[in-house]
Amino acid sequence: MKKVSFLFFITIALFSCTSEDESTNDIPSNDFDRKAMLTNIADNIILPSLTDLENKLDQLNADRLEFTENPTQTNLTTMRSSWLEAYKTWQYVEMFNIGKAEEILYSFQMNIYPTNTSDIESNINGIDETNLDERNYDLTTANNNDAVGFPAVEYMIYAIAADDASIIAAYSTDSNFRKNVLYLTDITNQMKGLTSQVRNDWLTSYRDVFVTSTANNASSAINKLVNDFIFYYEKGLRANKIGIPAGVFSTTPLPDRVEGLYSKVYSKELALESLKAVEDFFNGTSFAGSSNGLGYADYVNESTEISLTAMINDQFGIARAQLNTLNNDLSQQVSTDNSKMTVTYDELQRAVVLMKVDMLQVLNVSVDYVDADGD
Amino acid sequence: MFHNYFNKNVSSAPLAVFRIGFGLMMVFSVVRFWLNGWIKTLYIDPKFHFSYYGFEWIQPLGNYTYILYAICGLSALFVALGFKYRIAIIMFFLSFTYIELMDKTTYLNHYYFVSVLSFLMIFLPANKYYALDNYASAKAYKFVPRWTTDSIKLLLCIVYFYAGLAKLNSDWLLRAMPLKIWLPSKYDLPLLGNLMQLEWIPYVMSWSGMLYDLSIPFLLLYRKTRTLGFILAVVFHVLTRMLFPIGVFPLVMIVSCLIFFDAAFHKRILRILNRFLKPPAYKIKKIIISQNYRVRRPFIILPVLSLFFVIQLLLPWRYSLYPDELFWTEEGYRFSWRVMLMEKMGYTQYRIVDGDTGASFVVDNTDFLTSYQEKQMSFQPDFILQYAHYLGDHFTAQGHQNVQVFAESYVALNGRLSQPYIDKSIDLYSINESFQHKDWILPFNDDIQGL
Repeated sequence: MKKVSFLFFITIALFSCTSEDESTNDIPSNDFDRKAMLTNIADNIILPSLTDLENKLDQLNADRLEFTENPTQTNLTTMRSSWLEAYKTWQYVEMFNIGKAEEILYSFQMNIYPTNTSDIESNINGIDETNLDERNYDLTTANNNDAVGFPAVEYMIYAIAADDASIIAAYSTDSNFRKNVLYLTDITNQMKGLTSQVRNDWLTSYRDVFVTSTANNASSAINKLVNDFIFYYEKGLRANKIGIPAGVFSTTPLPDRVEGLYSKVYSKELALESLKAVEDFFNGTSFAGSSNGLGYADYVNESTEISLTAMINDQFGIARAQLNTLNNDLSQQVSTDNSKMTVTYDELQRAVVLMKVDMLQVLNVSVDYVDADGD
Repeated sequence: MFHNYFNKNVSSAPLAVFRIGFGLMMVFSVVRFWLNGWIKTLYIDPKFHFSYYGFEWIQPLGNYTYILYAICGLSALFVALGFKYRIAIIMFFLSFTYIELMDKTTYLNHYYFVSVLSFLMIFLPANKYYALDNYASAKAYKFVPRWTTDSIKLLLCIVYFYAGLAKLNSDWLLRAMPLKIWLPSKYDLPLLGNLMQLEWIPYVMSWSGMLYDLSIPFLLLYRKTRTLGFILAVVFHVLTRMLFPIGVFPLVMIVSCLIFFDAAFHKRILRILNRFLKPPAYKIKKIIISQNYRVRRPFIILPVLSLFFVIQLLLPWRYSLYPDELFWTEEGYRFSWRVMLMEKMGYTQYRIVDGDTGASFVVDNTDFLTSYQEKQMSFQPDFILQYAHYLGDHFTAQGHQNVQVFAESYVALNGRLSQPYIDKSIDLYSINESFQHKDWILPFNDDIQGL
């Protein structure tokens, strides 16, 4: 009898030991080296893409300065091309909504489209020309998320006026050109500032936290990252770039919802970059290179006998082939032959099932559902 | 012989200890649920709740849901104290069961166990010894009818044995699924994490889990193996607690298993309790301690409990009335002590179609469901159908014409590759829920042998 009561109290003690959220750092070694995968992703994918984006935003700012000081057609064209280059690199950065990026809502301030032109106009009109140091807007608030970032810059350099001559005039001879210059300066500076903030945090502290955060719980980097990745694929790529303009989620197609609406011809190119970013991340391919390190593809291979990675990569390939058949201007594609858009959506969609159902089951990731009990 | 059995008596101490243990665990359970913020995230935040068929009228009560939980927790406390026991246990049964019926997203076998057990306890004289009620009535009894403690033992035996029977299938025993998926993912546990990577571990755990469930009722019933059985129960439940997020369930089962021990053991527990509590009221009022308590109205209670156990024994077999694989269709899956048998994930999207023009659009589930609800909805046909009706009603009310609702669904079960789950050519809005087989579930295309 004594034995029984003893056992009973041991049990109670054990229960209190197994606390609800163990966050231990010394993870035992296993067949798959999770830390090596995160290290590859941090050092060869995330950090290089952030560095490249920061450089390209520096270039954008330099070209913007050149353009506003000397508003010529050549300088406008130069600025547009550096905007596009930075925008293409952004496609590699957007999915990493983790660490500082998550904390400061980075992607919400970089790429919400369609941009809200009336918000932009009212921000500009609110500038007091007699006191340019004072701003009547706070570009970091949620209300201004659709008035900043790449889509807002695009509006400012492609569509603030009817044609290139009048766009140049908007920054040189128009009555309120100083306000336009100031707003363009503010939003390009903000993009650079946010990017530096995120990159510096990775460099100074977050990288080391990130690569060791391999526990299987809802807050670990290894789980959050795969959730971010799937979320980006489903929302940022599949829905935002293709599905929404094609009218998949609405009663009629919405051609004015494409990314790169005002520059017209880059929407497909940006989507292709985004798909490449997805493929590279999944396979652990380094940024702007072709060297293959450990990625989730390898993690999945280690965890199942099913050839799931091949199926996912094949599906990416099919989606890419379909995407390639589209018009460079996706908005135009929606208007001329929307069925090609919906077929592309369907092919992107098939990979969602493979990742969200099969991959997550194989990895048995603790997803950020409510942490209620199971049985 | 039958008559003899119902005239037999046992010490009232085990039933009293069981009442106290059960009440305290339920208080703990309610407080834990409250402090975790789950009342809000599970019952107040969602716009829409998945009801059990026939219980659509049971809905969360907005902010009053907190009062419901308060009633549930207080009545559990009263049960533990043995204060106004009969009313307290009825209130507990009603409030707890109401809570569980509010949304089947949160269905857990152990919540069902608590509901069933508290229903049984309504009919048991658990307040005849070591209860505050004894002061009010100035009466206590040393003995209660033997069938009262036996009925709790019977219920526990059913739970274990049926859980064991449910494990007699090829996925569990031959493929070691779903443990083969779950155990390696516990790589981050200290000590156990490495062990769980070994290839043979899921097989050993599957087989021993099955053998444990099937044998534990007998080990606990026979005096000679009782201590061994209890040690096994402790090891088993502590292990599951460490490996899986199963909340208070292991504790509930371990404490419940104490009922199998004899009166001396329970009297010892009460003596220890006495040392802490030093019941002062013994000095205030004299309690007359009699020998045998005779249950009132046995001609009602015994038939009710007999019927209760017949239902308990038959309900888990209802799945055999349905065609197709149980794990795939889940027709007859719940309320059957099928615990941890499936790793199932799904992805289900809805298309709202105008039946006249064919114009359509896809629904973003996050507009209507919490991520937890969406997860549960995605692989359970009755959820899929109910949500289809909710969407149909919603978009009809918004002014859409001739609304039809189609679901495109993919489900993966126990490590198999995902496959189409729902016939996407069927307008789910035109189909009503019933106990009939859902023939719009696509075939499983595989075989799981066994019970």
